[in-house]
Amino acid sequence: MVNWPVILSIAKTHLFSKIKQTATAALGVTFGIGAYITLVSFMTGMNKMLDDLILNQTPHIHIYNEIEPSKEQPITLYDQFENSVNIIHSIKPKLGQKKIHNALPIIKYLNENKKIKGAIPQIKTQIFYISGNIEIGGNLTGINPIEEAKLFNIGDYIIEGSPEALHNTDNGILLGAGLAKKMSLSVGDRVQISTIKGAVFPLKIVGIYQSGISDIDDIQSFANIKTVQKIMGEAENYITDINVKLFDINYALPLSKKIEQQFDLKAIDVNTANAQFETGTTIRNIITYAVSITLLIVAGFGIYNILNMLIYEKMNDIAILKATGFSGEDVQLIFMSMAVLIGLIGGLLGLIVGFGLSHIIDNVPFKTQALPTIETFPVNFNAWFYLIGISFAMISTFLAGYLPSNKAKKIDPVHIIRGQ
Amino acid sequence: MKTILEAKNINKFFEKPVKFHVLKNINFKINKGEFVSIMGKSGCGKSTLLYILSTMDTEYEGELLLNNELITNQTRKQLSYIRNKHIGFVFQFHYLLSDFTVLENVMLPAKKLAEKSHKEIKDDAMQKLTMLNIGHLANKRASRISGGEKQRVAIARALINNPSIIMGDEPTGNLDTQNSENVFNIFKELSTQHGLSLLVVTHDEDFAKKTDRIIQMEDGRIIS
Repeated sequence: MVNWPVILSIAKTHLFSKIKQTATAALGVTFGIGAYITLVSFMTGMNKMLDDLILNQTPHIHIYNEIEPSKEQPITLYDQFENSVNIIHSIKPKLGQKKIHNALPIIKYLNENKKIKGAIPQIKTQIFYISGNIEIGGNLTGINPIEEAKLFNIGDYIIEGSPEALHNTDNGILLGAGLAKKMSLSVGDRVQISTIKGAVFPLKIVGIYQSGISDIDDIQSFANIKTVQKIMGEAENYITDINVKLFDINYALPLSKKIEQQFDLKAIDVNTANAQFETGTTIRNIITYAVSITLLIVAGFGIYNILNMLIYEKMNDIAILKATGFSGEDVQLIFMSMAVLIGLIGGLLGLIVGFGLSHIIDNVPFKTQALPTIETFPVNFNAWFYLIGISFAMISTFLAGYLPSNKAKKIDPVHIIRGQ
Repeated sequence: MKTILEAKNINKFFEKPVKFHVLKNINFKINKGEFVSIMGKSGCGKSTLLYILSTMDTEYEGELLLNNELITNQTRKQLSYIRNKHIGFVFQFHYLLSDFTVLENVMLPAKKLAEKSHKEIKDDAMQKLTMLNIGHLANKRASRISGGEKQRVAIARALINNPSIIMGDEPTGNLDTQNSENVFNIFKELSTQHGLSLLVVTHDEDFAKKTDRIIQMEDGRIIS
């Protein structure tokens, strides 16, 4: 039977009579947990932003016709050379069309899949921007602006104008920011473009697009799919790319394989296309957790130290308690509850400090050309971090308290009383 | 006469630094209401004996009976309970918890025993303090009172659970003559008026002479 009120009241008296030491130990925990919360919120916020930077605008599966040599050269189909070694020099890519055959039925089919959030068509083509007698090479992508904004957040990267404006203007164009600067153009102006075949079209600038990557902003523009089809002189079923967004990104790889098989097209999933981005995320997470755990362990050692000292100071008290009928377990519980109380108070304060600091960071202005949508430092306010923080505070103080308290439990009162 | 404490063939060895036979075949009884003192030269084993009798030292051979119940080889937890309920302690160096008030010091063993309500314990503690003429110190910190007062607080603490026996390890060793006298008178009164058994280890011959019985020890044996 444990007499908790008595044990807790003794623990409380000890803690309050040495308020400075208690405060130091609790502050150690507070700083540990506070720093952990701040760090992990900030780092994961940053991570998430960087991930979003790629994931927001990148299709989970990109379907297109790859220009590549046939996997099976004609000679392999000929039975008589079946057991021979064939060496073919200068293999050329197979002649095929850029457009996806039967694109519209494929899109319709994909959109019926429950795992797919949306599949939308694009047309990619090379053009020249004409400014006076200067021609600048570039890309024009035909999109469906409204769908594109919904699935791939193109709206976030339009710094002037809007996707709706493009949708509503038949021969409108969203000009890359770098191009606009080069040619001194702004919204409302007209720009002339020329196809590779030489046809020239005037288009009205309805918006400026800035991805943050200047190599792209210097060449990339967007127009409505119909406009691009018209410029290229192609029919309404001319589609070169299909972009797919899934509900669950983990399904991208198997689905892309399935699409490749089913339609004999190239389908690239996001992780294959951006392998480096996942590696970066993993490494950043490892760093975050390594630093946080170090902080928490340091706090734990602080508590261990202070409790150890406290037990040396309280040797007499321990002997008296034992002589007057408190058992070793009672004494251990007294010191354990001191440790856990320090952990609880320090941990809770740490959560508040961590929240406060994260909140401050969240309000620090952070403007960069690369990220047009970001105005302050990104912070991830995740309840899990707070839960992990307080649990770790409790567990580490529990462990830090266990060893010293175990010593107190074993102290022989006779030894102390006679020793004086 | 009812026997409170009985020691049968107690033998004790120290292992360090060399093997040493400290207590040799100790046999004696203490009856209810008896005031017994143990005397002997330094190193004759009287304190060692007291700590064995008090159940704090468990490494000995022989049998120990409290209220005719064998307490040798009981678990540490049971021994803690026995100390709490049946034995009261007074040490040479008063040994109060310095961070607590006088009243709390007296109340703690009773709170641990948890047989009475908080209110009853508090009333009991106040009554014991008043009995020892230190009621006015109840709310002072234990570290802020004088030596004689501390010893009286320790006695009040020893009494709080109405124990069967009170043990003292040179309770007057650190006090001046007047305070020694005081402590003796308190002990005497407890023994004659409240029928409490007392066992006190002392160097003080005047103190010992006034007790009911003296156990004289020499070289680990009882000689008279």
